[in-house]
Amino acid sequence: MSPYFFVMLVPLLPLVSFCILGLFGRKYIKTTSGTLGVISLFISALLSLYTAYRYFFIDGKVNGIYQHIIALKYTWLQFSPRVSIDMGILLDPISVMMIVIVSFISLMVHIFSLGYMKGEERFAIYYAFLSLFTFSMLGLVLSSNIFQIYIFWELVGISSFLLIGFYFENPSAVTASNKAFIVTRFADFGFLIGILILAFYSGTLDFGTLIERLTTAGSSQYIDIHSATFLGASMLTWGLGLVFIGGAGKSAMFPLHIWLPDAMEGPTPVSALIHAATMVVAGVFLVARLFPVFSIDLTVLQIVTWVGAFSALFAAVVACTQTDIKRVLAFSTMSQIGFMMFSLGVSKYGGESGLGYTGSMFHLFTHAFFKSLLFLGAGAVIHFAHTNDIRDLGGLRKLMPVTHLSFLIACLAIAGIPPFSGFFSKEDILMAAYHSDKIIYAIAVLTSALTAFYMFRLYYSVFWKRDIHLHDKNHEEGTLSMRLTLVILAVCTAFAGFVPVSSWITSDGAPLESHIDIVFSVFPVLMALTGIGLATYLYKTENRRPQIITSAFGSLYRAAYRKFYIDELYLFITRKIIFNGIGRPAAWFDKNIVDGFMNGLATTTAKISGLIKGLQSGKVQNYALYFFGGIIALAVLFIYVLNY
Amino acid sequence: MNEISITQILFVSTALFFIGMYGLFTRRNMITMLMAIEIILNSVNINFVAFNKYLYPGKLDGVFFTIFIITIAAAEAAMAIAIIINLYRSHHSIDVEDAEEMKY
Amino acid sequence: MHASVIIFYILSAFILGAALLAVTARKIFRSAIFLLFTLIGTAALFFWMGVEFVAAVQIIIYVGGIVVLIIFSIFLTQKSGEEMPKPLRNRSLFSVLALLFGFAFTYHLIYKYRFEQPAPHVFNVKVSDIGTQMLSTTEHGFVLPFEVVSILLLASMIGCIVIAMKIKPMEGNEI
Repeated sequence: MSPYFFVMLVPLLPLVSFCILGLFGRKYIKTTSGTLGVISLFISALLSLYTAYRYFFIDGKVNGIYQHIIALKYTWLQFSPRVSIDMGILLDPISVMMIVIVSFISLMVHIFSLGYMKGEERFAIYYAFLSLFTFSMLGLVLSSNIFQIYIFWELVGISSFLLIGFYFENPSAVTASNKAFIVTRFADFGFLIGILILAFYSGTLDFGTLIERLTTAGSSQYIDIHSATFLGASMLTWGLGLVFIGGAGKSAMFPLHIWLPDAMEGPTPVSALIHAATMVVAGVFLVARLFPVFSIDLTVLQIVTWVGAFSALFAAVVACTQTDIKRVLAFSTMSQIGFMMFSLGVSKYGGESGLGYTGSMFHLFTHAFFKSLLFLGAGAVIHFAHTNDIRDLGGLRKLMPVTHLSFLIACLAIAGIPPFSGFFSKEDILMAAYHSDKIIYAIAVLTSALTAFYMFRLYYSVFWKRDIHLHDKNHEEGTLSMRLTLVILAVCTAFAGFVPVSSWITSDGAPLESHIDIVFSVFPVLMALTGIGLATYLYKTENRRPQIITSAFGSLYRAAYRKFYIDELYLFITRKIIFNGIGRPAAWFDKNIVDGFMNGLATTTAKISGLIKGLQSGKVQNYALYFFGGIIALAVLFIYVLNY
Repeated sequence: MNEISITQILFVSTALFFIGMYGLFTRRNMITMLMAIEIILNSVNINFVAFNKYLYPGKLDGVFFTIFIITIAAAEAAMAIAIIINLYRSHHSIDVEDAEEMKY
Repeated sequence: MHASVIIFYILSAFILGAALLAVTARKIFRSAIFLLFTLIGTAALFFWMGVEFVAAVQIIIYVGGIVVLIIFSIFLTQKSGEEMPKPLRNRSLFSVLALLFGFAFTYHLIYKYRFEQPAPHVFNVKVSDIGTQMLSTTEHGFVLPFEVVSILLLASMIGCIVIAMKIKPMEGNEI
């Protein structure tokens, strides 16, 4: 038995908590269910930290390379002697990092929700769903094979659906949850076909074997998948491309991003969980998990790069115009995920050229902290002021000092200002982009400047702009649990950049030397500072300058405000083309042909029975006569006709 | 023709059976229908005894069946009359044409 | 012609005639009396066939029991002397046709069938044999049907009482 057997408990504890809370929470446990969820997550997080400690410092490394450890393997479905579906736990640097992030951020969200969701009628159900969400994500990152990851992938989808639609009395929440579910479901379809292609050609579902077979030049599977082509692209390209579509759907990459801004209809802590640690990073994680295979197919890597870069820029532009505090954060998430994606895209496998991979994972790590901090801070603001709209907010810095400070730290981190965590990870990404493709580098620098701008626009709009004196002085900043989480996360955000991720998480397992090139860093940091300065100039005090700028941009501003009409485009395609072209005829066919046939059957039956029901007259002697006639007829039939 | 053959006895029982059937089909009074049933059972009894006597004279099975049928006929008649009396109470008539609620 | 043959013909004519009258008589009491004659005729036929015990049972149970029961119920439900309604014409037409056909068909089968002649053996029914075999538990014993029938009789007796019992109207609510 592997010494890492206990890792099994990390996902299982939230599952247990989900089962208990789901079954008994509403009736018996009620308000203590929060405590129960927090405790189970706390143990889970401790175990993850211990796992990380043990893996990175004690026995994860063999000959200077971090190993892939199968902590648990259990054959679930045996199809044939060679093909089986297993349930297992795979430990490697990224999954260890991910369980730490997921369990830690989830723990923070659990604690924060104690205050935020206080008094909510379906408190226990909320915690049950949170636990389910955490369980699915932990299971996803620990999956040892491609089929298991698909199962947890779908579980993540369904639990996000449940949480986004948590306020189901609210029609927009229902629409948003449906949207999230349908869009990601659509993408998952691609994912499923992709993994089927990969599994078919490699003849295995197991990650380790699959990667080994498909990347060893000259192996029979390698030759097969390269030689088989479809529409001019090899099956490898198709398989990876389709897998990437699945990842893009979950990670809200353009053009499948439309669900993400609406997903904020759920409770704000849930948004923190979705955006920071669980759902959206699943796509990045998936690409990273299969990165050795991705790295041999340059076509798909190009797609990943450009989709990531475009999403990053697109989302940043849209975020500059949005007025809903959570929507700005949602687009910033999309932008940051775009960073991670193109960073993976520009990376290569192994050695120093794998910097993009490391940068991507590093950014995932730091992003989890500052994005959850931003969302929880936004949650605290909303909890305090009861509005999402930044035009109605302002001057909260004195009323909410803890939130204010932590939000500032998070903004500095996401803007990439040293020495906050975002700086380090962004530097790695920019460096990788610079060495690979200058256009991507330009986009990345521009995007990070925009990021700094819109984050500080948000910051100033919420906390400065004007001075409000609330009459109600008893208004608390939030409960102790809320402030506590903000402080913890702020500390993590400030110092997460010093974690030597680059020596732990690399594409091939061998440590990378950490290098901060001061000269290289100057330009991006200057760009970010410019963005901050511009935001300060425009938004620190209430003035007319923003209006002048917006009217100068005119139609561009309106287009960005309307999110470049992508939603409208989707609506046009679905309503006008799919509904009219396919839905209506299908409905007509169903109504007239299928239903008509069934109705005709029913009507005919009714008519016939109306005709023959006279036989059922209730007159006993008639029955006797029919009976006798029947017997005589049968007797004649058997004796004379059939000659028995 | 000194002996009566089994066929002749069977003629009597068959005719008795169909007379009973006629009564069962045409009589509207339930008591008379019950009488018709008794006639039918009698014809069957004649059959049993005749077969026993003419075809298996060394055995007694036909006789036993006759005895059992008579017993069961007694039980059946008692039940039928109980039902008829109950029906008479609720319908004030024992005409089958008046008891035809059990229909479509 | 042998005397027993003549007796058989007379008995047969008596049975069939009485039965025909029993199912066609318009007065129910007469119908019952003709049924009585039919049953007595059948008993006589049993005598003629040499099964005196069965004939005795027939008279005791049918004539003494069932017919009396029937007459009893006639008194309970009918005003005597009243004529019964005529049978429906359509139905009697169809049943006569069906029955005639059925009779012809059945008798045709019987008539054509060659019954095999049994080994010569005297058909002699002793009451002691019947009693022994009825209560014997060996291979040809009838003790099981005997017991089953006794339970059946008990059950039907209870059933009769339950069915014919007057239900007392419950207090407070009508049924």
